[in-house]
Amino acid sequence: MEREEIRRDEFVSMYRLMFKIRTYEETLGQIYYEGKTPLFDISKGPIPGELHLSSGQEAAAVGVCINLRPDDAVVGTHRAHHFAIAKGVDLKKMTSEIFGKKTGLSKGKGGHMHLFDTNVNFSCSGIVGASFPQAVGVGIAAKMQGKDFVSIAVGGEGAANQGTFHESLNLAALWKLPVIFVIEDNAWAISVPKEKSTSISRNSERAKAYGIPGVYVDGNDVIGVYEVAREAVKRARAGEGPSLIEVKTYRFRGHFEGDPQLYRPKEDLEMAKQNDPILKLEEDLKGKNIITEEEISRIKEEIETEIKEVIEFARNSPYPEPQEALEDVFTGGD
Amino acid sequence: MARKLPMHKAISEAIAQEMERDPEVFIMGEDIGTYGGIFSATTGLLQQFGVERVRDTPISESAFIGGALGAASKGMRPIVELMFVDFFGVAMDQIYNHIAKAHYMSGGNLRMPVVILTAIGGGYSDAAQHSQCLYGLFAHVPGLKIVIPSNAYDAKGLMISSIRDDNPVMYFFHKGLMGIGWMPSPPEAANEVPEEPYEIPLGKANILREGQDATVVTVSRSIYEALWAAEELNQEGVSIEVIDLRTLVPLDRDTVINSVKKTGRLLIVDEDYRSYGMSGEIISTVTESGVSLKFPPQRIAYPDIPVPYSRVLESFALPDKAKIKDRIKEMMR
Repeated sequence: MEREEIRRDEFVSMYRLMFKIRTYEETLGQIYYEGKTPLFDISKGPIPGELHLSSGQEAAAVGVCINLRPDDAVVGTHRAHHFAIAKGVDLKKMTSEIFGKKTGLSKGKGGHMHLFDTNVNFSCSGIVGASFPQAVGVGIAAKMQGKDFVSIAVGGEGAANQGTFHESLNLAALWKLPVIFVIEDNAWAISVPKEKSTSISRNSERAKAYGIPGVYVDGNDVIGVYEVAREAVKRARAGEGPSLIEVKTYRFRGHFEGDPQLYRPKEDLEMAKQNDPILKLEEDLKGKNIITEEEISRIKEEIETEIKEVIEFARNSPYPEPQEALEDVFTGGD
Repeated sequence: MARKLPMHKAISEAIAQEMERDPEVFIMGEDIGTYGGIFSATTGLLQQFGVERVRDTPISESAFIGGALGAASKGMRPIVELMFVDFFGVAMDQIYNHIAKAHYMSGGNLRMPVVILTAIGGGYSDAAQHSQCLYGLFAHVPGLKIVIPSNAYDAKGLMISSIRDDNPVMYFFHKGLMGIGWMPSPPEAANEVPEEPYEIPLGKANILREGQDATVVTVSRSIYEALWAAEELNQEGVSIEVIDLRTLVPLDRDTVINSVKKTGRLLIVDEDYRSYGMSGEIISTVTESGVSLKFPPQRIAYPDIPVPYSRVLESFALPDKAKIKDRIKEMMR
């Protein structure tokens, strides 16, 4: 396609974002185990509860979100840090939220599966398949308000077998709504591989059933994802209706931290890591002289400093007062 | 100017007036457009406002109720109709895990001005999957306001308040109160309704009849059974106070407690299932308040059985005037 059209600063932004996501996730992946050793206790440590990290899936989020504006909405999944970061969610507040602190996006009431940043129209949910109808609703609002913002519904390949997926595709197609359905095929729905859960090999083909475009794209090629998403966003903004994109990716870590991953052959993971989307982009950019080794080092240094700062901010932030638990059920009190 | 309206007309008038006032208000649901709502709650809206704002949907409750959340997140004020409350099972995740919790989980950043309009109640042999009330189930989940009108005047004022509320509201109309001709309805449910818009605050119970000897607390269609019983008991020298709660969330606990302070006797009448529901909540409220009672608190609620089909079986299970009278007499002994 039209690779030459991509500007240098876009390439660099994509690289920065992907490296940022990876660094962030791997950092959280370390901190998570603080206080949880030698005996693993999910309730202990600075990050208690479940933690679903997105390492390996960076290109899916970055390739899509680089096309978006702040007024475009992203409705994510239980594994949403990569989309949150790519969408521009306030990283200090997000991290504090994950640490359960008062300075968090939701003052500690949401946690890592329930991140809401209304400034950039980002939200996510811990329920598989819940994102699709909500993104459809954003599309309804765009249409009714006569505005050209679009919405992205993210789901895993497992979520594509939920009724909500099919109800939402039908409704979005029927009403020609500006919604882009992004299925991240990371091969595993916790322990169940795609071929044991899904009647066809590519969910993107399900688009045909609803009369909309469906594209399957290599999620280790961020440029490829970017180009496919750009088309879909353009279509949506122009009022031409929804699209379905399935991104072939792979999660490098367990379903959640602490997952023994007995279900998945080690060789699969090793093979996936050889196709690491960040290394691939790095080589690509260096090969085409878009970026130098020095620039890469500088970017990495800057990102590492930023991540350190956000972690420090979260660690040093106060916890909410216990009785704040009773606030915010209703707006304006009850 | 007030005129006598059936409840369904009061509801559609309230929605129409709010849609006129606020361009962000719109409505979606199955058969709410051309048909005007199976129970006529949306009659005339399509003709007045057109297909953009009055949207007939496919039979995809998750998609359009979840869609209400997405639209609300972008500043719209959606109303959605869930044709029968019994159908909630196919969309409950979007209701209780998302619409109800979005404000809390976002630390107050995301408002959810969504009204879910739904039909409740039996008494016409529609059996186990089309006759339930279930408001207790939704009242149990934090984050949803629960509105249950019993007459046309309240229906209009409560609907306007519900639409203007920035929180999610579930609005339960009883099919047997709507006054739609093909479904029996107590004539009293159609009452004087002012033409102009007005609000009835959520969380304010209505004392429908004052009395000295016992307090009957109820909602929806059961209030008529209670009022008819009270009238007959009055002939027999027993004075009954009848309270229409109007909303379960927020719950006007003070009005109930103050009434029981005066009467010393409490009976809850509830067409919703008996266990773990409204009737237990009211009894707990009164018991916890420490009010002294002349007789242990009583309830006539739907037995813990699915709604049976046959007329004789269903009548056996429904709360009615005779059961209320008998129980009150027992309480007066």
